[in-house]
Amino acid sequence: MAGEAKQFPLPSSVEVAAGTEGAQAAYPYYMQFEPGDDKRFWFYNAMHFPEPMHMFDMITAEGAYAALGAANTRVHSLPTTLGIDFRILNGRVYIGGNGVTDPDEIAKRTEEFQKRAFYYYENWESLYASWKDKMKALIQDAIALPTPSLPEFEPLEHIHSGRGIASNHDLLDTYLKTLEGYFRMWHHHFEFLLLGYGAYLVFFDFCKKAFPEITDQTIARMVAGFEAEIFKPDEEVKRLARRAVELGVDHKFIDGASVDDVLSSLEQMGQPGKDWLAELETSRNPWFNVNVGDGFYHYHRSWNDDLSLPFSAIPGYIDKVKSGENIERPTEQLQAERAELIDGYRDMLGTEEEKAAYDQMIELACRVFPYVEGHKFYCEHWYTNLFFNKIREFGALLAEHGFFEKEEDVFHLSRYELEEAIMDLMFSWGNASPPRGPARFPAMIAERKKAIEAWAKLDAAPALGPVPDIIDDPAIVMLWGITRESLDAWLNAGEGDSNEVRGFAASSGVVEGVARVVKSVQEIGRLKQGDILVCQVTNPTWAPVFQKIAAAVSDIGGSMSHAAIVAREYGLPAVVGTGTATARIQDGQRVRVDGGRGVVTILE
Amino acid sequence: MSSSDIIAWFAEIGIGDRLTAGGKGASLGELTRAGIDVPPGFVVQTGAFERFIAALEAEAPLRAPIEALDPDDLDAVGAAAAKARARLTGAPLPDDVREAILSAHAELGAGAAEGPVAVRSSATTEDSEEASFAGLQDTYLWVIGGEDVLTQVRNCWASLYSVESVCYRRKQGLPEAGVAMGVVVQRMVDARCAGVMFTRSPTTGDKSVITIEGAWGLGSAVVSGEVTPDRWVVAKLTGEIPVRDISDKHIEQLPAPGGGIEDREVPDDRRKAPCLDDAELQGLRDVARKVERHYGKPQDIEWAVDRDSGKILLLQSRPETVWSVKEAAAAPVAKPADSAMAHVMNVFGGRK
Repeated sequence: MAGEAKQFPLPSSVEVAAGTEGAQAAYPYYMQFEPGDDKRFWFYNAMHFPEPMHMFDMITAEGAYAALGAANTRVHSLPTTLGIDFRILNGRVYIGGNGVTDPDEIAKRTEEFQKRAFYYYENWESLYASWKDKMKALIQDAIALPTPSLPEFEPLEHIHSGRGIASNHDLLDTYLKTLEGYFRMWHHHFEFLLLGYGAYLVFFDFCKKAFPEITDQTIARMVAGFEAEIFKPDEEVKRLARRAVELGVDHKFIDGASVDDVLSSLEQMGQPGKDWLAELETSRNPWFNVNVGDGFYHYHRSWNDDLSLPFSAIPGYIDKVKSGENIERPTEQLQAERAELIDGYRDMLGTEEEKAAYDQMIELACRVFPYVEGHKFYCEHWYTNLFFNKIREFGALLAEHGFFEKEEDVFHLSRYELEEAIMDLMFSWGNASPPRGPARFPAMIAERKKAIEAWAKLDAAPALGPVPDIIDDPAIVMLWGITRESLDAWLNAGEGDSNEVRGFAASSGVVEGVARVVKSVQEIGRLKQGDILVCQVTNPTWAPVFQKIAAAVSDIGGSMSHAAIVAREYGLPAVVGTGTATARIQDGQRVRVDGGRGVVTILE
Repeated sequence: MSSSDIIAWFAEIGIGDRLTAGGKGASLGELTRAGIDVPPGFVVQTGAFERFIAALEAEAPLRAPIEALDPDDLDAVGAAAAKARARLTGAPLPDDVREAILSAHAELGAGAAEGPVAVRSSATTEDSEEASFAGLQDTYLWVIGGEDVLTQVRNCWASLYSVESVCYRRKQGLPEAGVAMGVVVQRMVDARCAGVMFTRSPTTGDKSVITIEGAWGLGSAVVSGEVTPDRWVVAKLTGEIPVRDISDKHIEQLPAPGGGIEDREVPDDRRKAPCLDDAELQGLRDVARKVERHYGKPQDIEWAVDRDSGKILLLQSRPETVWSVKEAAAAPVAKPADSAMAHVMNVFGGRK
């Protein structure tokens, strides 16, 4: 750092936005900053939680950090890395890692680690196969949960079967099972994750040492899988575009037409239209269970819930199909390219020793990578959709009973408050008294809506507290791409060349165009052909918009970010992890994105 | 075609002919033989130099007085070196040498006898320090006409008797009898742009990338450092171009009317424009890989793009030395472990 030492603000010095004190206080006590937290370093987890948190959505942070901490600290016994503490302030999730520095403790944990993690590495394929079975069973359990409802009288079959349990109990049962399944999913999510990232990082570090100028994307290409679930949804959209052309229904897909209009016109056009709609159904199950976001927020609806995103991509793909372009992922070609890359870089190593080490590392990296790429579809997408939609059903039931106006309002309650409301409704149904909630929740929800709006307008500090001299927590570096250098860059943002925004070089190429600053998923529709997407965090399920844009720039993301993977897939320049792009680039400005150097230049 | 030991055409020689053709000439021969596009030319071999020296020695001793010099007696070195140089540039050439060079030059012109050529010294020594004194950098561009070619060939020879070069040899105690030089005469490329490339990164030693530097006009502006060149890093295997530093190239070196070269201002519209497009960068990558494969080790290469044909031509290739030496002494990046898993301790095991 140049000049006087810079500091991030201390947690205690950050004021809760005026008028939002009640909302801030409503988060559980264990998420609130306390005086002792001033001594620690915290950073804003804008990668996973780029927007202010609705009260209920904090369950995602709870589920994730409960499972991540357990996996690191107690399950795999990572030698130097424990769990992640989290706090919430003005709707933003700040996190801080716990590490181990005592050499004896590290030695003890290392011994445990080798018994545990090495077992996973050795048996990776079979454990991952059973992981998929577990996840599919968990998903089926979630699908099987009943829609919460309260009949006027208990159904007669319950009487005839001697069920002996009334429907108000089912509400609680379903709610608790819904929560339980979600927390369980997060444990499965972290079962392999750090080990997978670690094995990849070993190979990554080796390549960076052996080939100092190799790009991150080349390393990623060497280990990338081909059948990865995360590419499937976009492939299905391409398939549907091709089928539309083959069935002769492509003229029904007009850029800008509403989904309903397209669907009804297809229904009316006889067999070819019906055939296409049947194709749509096969694609939807399960592949449209992807969110338009990263699945961490209730309003990241899935393609199945809102077909507008996949449908918006179909006309573009249809044009390409008609012009004779092969739009489907050339799996065999990619496979051949990957083999060529692996061999080619091996040949350029200096010694036989290095080649032998390289062989070991790439073998391990390729073994773990299918999980690294594949888990998201089952966990963050499919499962979170089911979960939030189940909560939405509770929202509908509570709204029906006057607790609040709309089903979506339910997400302004914490998971504890929601359980209270459910209990209230259970008593009310059984006792035939009016529920108490309708007098309590509407005002509370109005306050929290205002708080979310107020927090969204604040520029959240990227980090809080004293800057550590070194950051060598592999979890922090791997998952968030945060290094001492990136913190210095955050501290120095706004200095130097004010026309330059720097980040990680995620996908090479140079492009100039109009910046479209997209602050939330709802704004995706503003993107026009050739725009440069500037956002807080991009997501692979935004993939269909990647055919429209000329380049992607994000505030958050590292070498492992899926934004980078999708950008490479589409051959678009991308700069990720800039920290400040959405704040510094104005919507509509002309910018130049140099994805090879990781620099965005504001041209006007 | 060849005039015995005086002239050798590029296609007739290879890297093994360093002692008779000099390093540069031998390398250009090797590239020509390997099927790389090199501007056509010939080498005035050391045999020509020896014939000339023999003729001069017959008149008065040349090498013996040099060999007798005390390197610390700079006045004496200066006087003797100047005298030797004057004889090399002033005395008449043996007829057979003169005729052979003029005739090869005429043949090179292929009907355009006045076509411009480059005359470049080609040192026989492997000692890079001595080579640099001995006029390795001596390159005369856009030389027109046989007589001027003869003059510049003699200038190259004379550079062996620069004060620095003589001092160096005397300090090392090297015998004067072994001192000789080849001279390359090569058809001049009218370069739209030119520069250098390295099949191993000069900054990091990375063997997986090709660093390409280029500017408008002749490559001499880049080699001499008068212009900050555009710079690209191209991945050897994938052709990906992660780095593109386009500089402000204020001047370019172009042929001067009547011979030689001159600096000209680059018009505004080209100053900040890249001097190579992606197709040309990939073309250079292909050539670089071919040359590197041919030699089996990293190369430093001078290249030019012909203004009319757009063809990529190589002007020189020599083995990279700096990183190769470092690498020989360096520890391997990683050694194989008992099991692949043991490597993950590098990530999870804490800082070493």
